[in-house]
Amino acid sequence: MSLAGHSPPPIFQRGPAPRVRLLVLSTLCVVMLVADLRFGYLEFVRHVATVVIYPLQRAAAAPVDFVRNARVYFATLVDVQLENAELRRAQVESAQRLLRFEALEQENAELRQLAGLAQAASLRGVGAEVLYDAPDPFSRKVILDRGATHGVRAGLAVVDARGLIGQVSRVYPVQAEVTLLTDREQVVPVKVERTGMRGILAGTGDGGLEMRFVQVGSDIQAGDRLVTSGLDGLFVAGLPVATVVSVDTTRGPHVRVLCEPVARVERAIQVLVLGPETPVPERPDPQQALPDEAPQPPSGAR
Amino acid sequence: MQPTHRSNRILQPVRPWFIVLSLVVALGLAYVPTGRLPGVPDWVALVLAFWCIREPRHVGMTTGFVFGLLVDVGLGAAMGQHALAYVVLAYLASSLSRRVLWFGTAQQALHVLVMLLIAQAIMLAVRMLAGAEFPGWTYFLASFSGAVLWGPVGFLLLLPQYQPVDRDENRPI
Repeated sequence: MSLAGHSPPPIFQRGPAPRVRLLVLSTLCVVMLVADLRFGYLEFVRHVATVVIYPLQRAAAAPVDFVRNARVYFATLVDVQLENAELRRAQVESAQRLLRFEALEQENAELRQLAGLAQAASLRGVGAEVLYDAPDPFSRKVILDRGATHGVRAGLAVVDARGLIGQVSRVYPVQAEVTLLTDREQVVPVKVERTGMRGILAGTGDGGLEMRFVQVGSDIQAGDRLVTSGLDGLFVAGLPVATVVSVDTTRGPHVRVLCEPVARVERAIQVLVLGPETPVPERPDPQQALPDEAPQPPSGAR
Repeated sequence: MQPTHRSNRILQPVRPWFIVLSLVVALGLAYVPTGRLPGVPDWVALVLAFWCIREPRHVGMTTGFVFGLLVDVGLGAAMGQHALAYVVLAYLASSLSRRVLWFGTAQQALHVLVMLLIAQAIMLAVRMLAGAEFPGWTYFLASFSGAVLWGPVGFLLLLPQYQPVDRDENRPI
């Protein structure tokens, strides 16, 4: 005889009902998504889990690595000879420029010392090779064959022989993930080489680039070269990034400036991860600002 | 249990370690770096849907959640993206499990196609809401190739449960 208010005995106890479980788990997923995409709280969890699944990942990548190595091995002699000739030519060209560059660098250092300016930060680069596209189809990222053990850090710039291709967004022990310039969420502070006007450059999502928030009346025209401004403290100033393709002044308060990358962003194979040798000084804390000479308004009773 | 509910053939009971092994192998296949190649099936979703339909008492939403997170970490996707899709997929597959096994392989594959498409649509919606770009309609080819592979993959996964048929007078099936 069952009494009101008493549930029947749990003979076939199978946990919470499926819909309850669905609700709880999907809520948990949504919370994780927001925590990861919006706030980036879960990088630590990701690092721990990466260690666990790393052997499986290496095993899965082994056949692909094998095929790629085999393809390199069987590259035709003609291709290699052509490439060799091209490299020799480039070597001679760059050697000349390098000679002049060294003299100029020395001169620059002396002039800076005379003028009492801080010395230009020295650079350090890690040569790397693009292994493959990152498997996430919603973003434009590639995987490099160099990682934390080789000195790659998150936030460094990645360049090929012509200019900037992207930024290291995540570092694994022996691999690194690079977000390409053309990704919608990759933003680069740039300046127009001709006028020095600063702005930010972002991917449009279809392989192109767009310089955002350029006021109507700004001096910018098709053919202008954009270089990194270095204001973010991450990228080295002066790396070639893009050239302006079209300037459309007919829409709204901002000019629509479409650009195309200088480097072979989506096709680069040999790249250099480039960053300052010493970390950039921290941004000063506004709390520590010295008080003005002018009399301050009286603050509230404390 | 039978291969389908209409079949006369009796299967051996499933071994739990084989379920785990098959899911781990699927995870390994998901980690194979295929780049932007369209139409690569989502192996984990396929194997998960298979076990949710065959063994809804053993494999369910919690398994989907755990393996979804592992896929997210391995592929560098947003944490919870695959997990959410696999939880919903496991819910759909488990709740349809009594129905689907009455059909033949082709019709089962049609059911699975819809489930895989729903899972992919969830992932697409999540990432588009977060501001990612649209990856193109070829993104959904993965569901179709997964549905095509439903028959072969299902046969492989059931293989350890088939027992030799030795009929005699007393045991006609």
